[in-house]
Amino acid sequence: MIFKKGSKKAIRSNLEKKLSEFEIGERGIVKMVNGEGRIRRRLFDMGITPGTEIYLRKKTPLGDPMEVMLRGYELTLRKNEAETVEMEMIR
Amino acid sequence: MKKFALAGNPNSGKTTLFNSLTGSTAHVGNWPGVTVDKKEGTYKKLPEPITLVDLPGIYSLSPYTPEEVVSRNFLLDEFPDCIINIVDATNLERNLYLTTQLMEIDVPIIVALNMMDEVEKNGDKIDVKKLEEKMGVPVVAISALREKGLDELMARGYETCLKGRKASTVLASTELMHLIGDCRIALEGQGVDNALFHAVKLVELDSIESEMHPASVKMVEEFKKVYNDEIFGSDFEAIIADARYKYITKHYSIACEKHRRASGESKSDKIDKVLTHKVWGIPIFLVIMFFIFHFTFSEDLFFLGAFGVFDNVEMTVIEQTISGNAIEEYLSGVTVNSFFGYETGVYSIGVILFNAVDILTGLISTSVEVAMTNAPVWLTGLLIDGVLGGLFSVLSFLPQIIVLFMFFSILEDSGYMARVAFILDRLFKKFGLSGRAFMPMIMGFGCSVPAMVNTRTLADQNERTATIRVIPFFSCGAKLPILTAISGGIVQLFGVGNADIITYGMYVIGIATAIISVILMRKTTMKGEVPPFIMELPAYRLPQLKSLLLHLWDKAKHFIEKAFTIILASTVIIWFISHFSWFWEFLPDERVNESILAGIGGLVQPLFTPLGFGSQLSSSGWVFVVAVVTGLIAKENVIATFGTLGACIAGAMIDVETDGGVSAVIEMITATGITVPGLIAFIAFNMTTIPCMAAVATAKAELPTKKSFIMTLIFWVVASYLLATMIYLIGTWWWTVFIFLAVWAVIILLITLENKGVTKMKKFFSKIYALIPDGNKSTKSSAKCSSCASCSYSSTCATARTKKKDGE
Repeated sequence: MIFKKGSKKAIRSNLEKKLSEFEIGERGIVKMVNGEGRIRRRLFDMGITPGTEIYLRKKTPLGDPMEVMLRGYELTLRKNEAETVEMEMIR
Repeated sequence: MKKFALAGNPNSGKTTLFNSLTGSTAHVGNWPGVTVDKKEGTYKKLPEPITLVDLPGIYSLSPYTPEEVVSRNFLLDEFPDCIINIVDATNLERNLYLTTQLMEIDVPIIVALNMMDEVEKNGDKIDVKKLEEKMGVPVVAISALREKGLDELMARGYETCLKGRKASTVLASTELMHLIGDCRIALEGQGVDNALFHAVKLVELDSIESEMHPASVKMVEEFKKVYNDEIFGSDFEAIIADARYKYITKHYSIACEKHRRASGESKSDKIDKVLTHKVWGIPIFLVIMFFIFHFTFSEDLFFLGAFGVFDNVEMTVIEQTISGNAIEEYLSGVTVNSFFGYETGVYSIGVILFNAVDILTGLISTSVEVAMTNAPVWLTGLLIDGVLGGLFSVLSFLPQIIVLFMFFSILEDSGYMARVAFILDRLFKKFGLSGRAFMPMIMGFGCSVPAMVNTRTLADQNERTATIRVIPFFSCGAKLPILTAISGGIVQLFGVGNADIITYGMYVIGIATAIISVILMRKTTMKGEVPPFIMELPAYRLPQLKSLLLHLWDKAKHFIEKAFTIILASTVIIWFISHFSWFWEFLPDERVNESILAGIGGLVQPLFTPLGFGSQLSSSGWVFVVAVVTGLIAKENVIATFGTLGACIAGAMIDVETDGGVSAVIEMITATGITVPGLIAFIAFNMTTIPCMAAVATAKAELPTKKSFIMTLIFWVVASYLLATMIYLIGTWWWTVFIFLAVWAVIILLITLENKGVTKMKKFFSKIYALIPDGNKSTKSSAKCSSCASCSYSSTCATARTKKKDGE
């Protein structure tokens, strides 16, 4: 059991991570949008729905808001908003 | 007359289309959210005239910002005859998401596929016929900018509108459809319009919808318990959003053929890499800002004068013989030098235009003076000092404001401003604002009026109100003369410091006050989460000359209108009360001490004692108070008042124009005995108190309620009074700094305790707040209001109350 848990974790850290944990140039597929209320709704409306491919283009000089490409356009969002987006990385 | 509504995503070209169709001059920009209120116009090329309504851009019909509510309410409650859904073809997927929602309203729809020329330029293809087939509504390819396909769009739109249309949905094949169907039948039974739309929103458990139909919510909740999707569980909101996008991707890929680009980087990407560089992004922005202000306000362009480039240039001044004619005499003073400025350096565009207007207005004043040599003294005084003097002092700032605007428009149109908001967001987050708030603030250095209008792009109402309140603290162009004149006076008379450092320091104090005020507001009255920052970054575009000129003309018109109404009226009043005594006796300039204005000034003067320019000054001390009061009309008045009143006191003419009012200030200082801290406090007070009439009028128009406007006025008075008091007291007795530190510590402690729920001061303050007269703007339109959830007046709104009753 213990071994199984550990291996699961290892897989998660490899492929599954939050959008906020992405590095510049990485791309991935949206698995799930957590969070609640207006902000979650807004993320859906802007096209961040499960199955969408997202590419992290850049982070700002101060590191926080990030710029992503999805559905053929550029979107900016903050780290705490990106934290709610569960992703699966594409290598 | 038929009514067509223009709806679409922000920055998809609705306003450009609206302008092309109606020949109107509404402002367009490359910044999502330029249209913030609906606009109407007429299209005349059809059998019957069509009223076109340009709505603010929306991403979805679940509105998120206040101006998006405007769009939703219009579409649902005003029953337009047709919706023209403008879609940005370069960004089809996300744009069609709104289309799938609009289709659920019982109104004919036509899709206008805009920017098709750009799609073709990129080498992509969109099959319009196929798209039309899949969406089930007519689709017309257009280019709003080049005015292509517009006639076809309107003709087909008219055709569709005559046919009428029943709502349809792309969710038909999903498992949720029978729940939506049940809700729809239930709502239809209650006689609700647009039942399908409301049914879908109900299944999403949209907050507005749930409040309106509480009875049906139970049905959805019941269903939710038994339903379980593989991926989403019973999260209907996610299922529906996902289903819409799935439908679009499926059919969009059939209709759209993407050209594979050889190189991964477009031109836009390359520019972007430089402008939003990790290290250089902020420095580049600062340099651009510096040059904009330099081009607008500098009297020494590129510092050529300071480098001594003109030291050896022979001055060629056109001398004219003075023939006793006042106009010629005036003109002779106008030289190439005074116009373009060779002595100290070349003037910037802004200053050259400023001088041009100044010379023109001076010429008019002189001509009027010549023409009226035989008229009574009071009449010439009224016309020249009162009417013309007041008008021209304001109009002379028009060129610089326009030039500043031109630069900002170019940056906005190009898409750069959206990037700057992106770069600066982290910093603004610390103050409880989003990156979008930076734009109005930086504009405040030029003029508060356009800056306040620009706050409309902010998503959060509290953020907007807080931003409007601190905009005047970003010292505007009209306040600059106060700074330079008084700091010049201080340096000459007291030999203290350096005029540049005092001026610069005052700017810094202004910014610091703004930041502290925002933080305090966000912790107390303007509470709320830090507004989220989820913003589309528009593609870089070359600014369009036509749209730029239209925008500038619009601004100029607005400004001139203001100058001729509110400012004109107030200057005439000020002139009257400064030139008549209580016994209606006309007073020449020298006897201003006996005027009504002096009387009132003397009466109010004691109030300013803690600020250093109150009762402690000698008999002429009221002039500082009067300068403050005249400054409320236009800040330019402060130095102008010093000029007039200084002359009266000194018994000699002082020409404010030539030395920027420094000698007038010196006269005032020696006559009244004001101290340096008092003078600094005076500047600070003027800088942060109620701004000019124009800005006050704008604030009134932009703030949501009359109550918040009154609170804003009170805030300005209190903030400036406190700031000036602190400066005066600390400047005079340095040890008082400890008292202020203690007071601030207590205030911060109290706020923290209150926010933790230890003290209950809120109740007490809300009682006081309730005493302020409430001129609720929304009462007029509340009968047709369907957005109670996002509306802050639900307690006063009759609709909300009846709806609640019905539900129970």
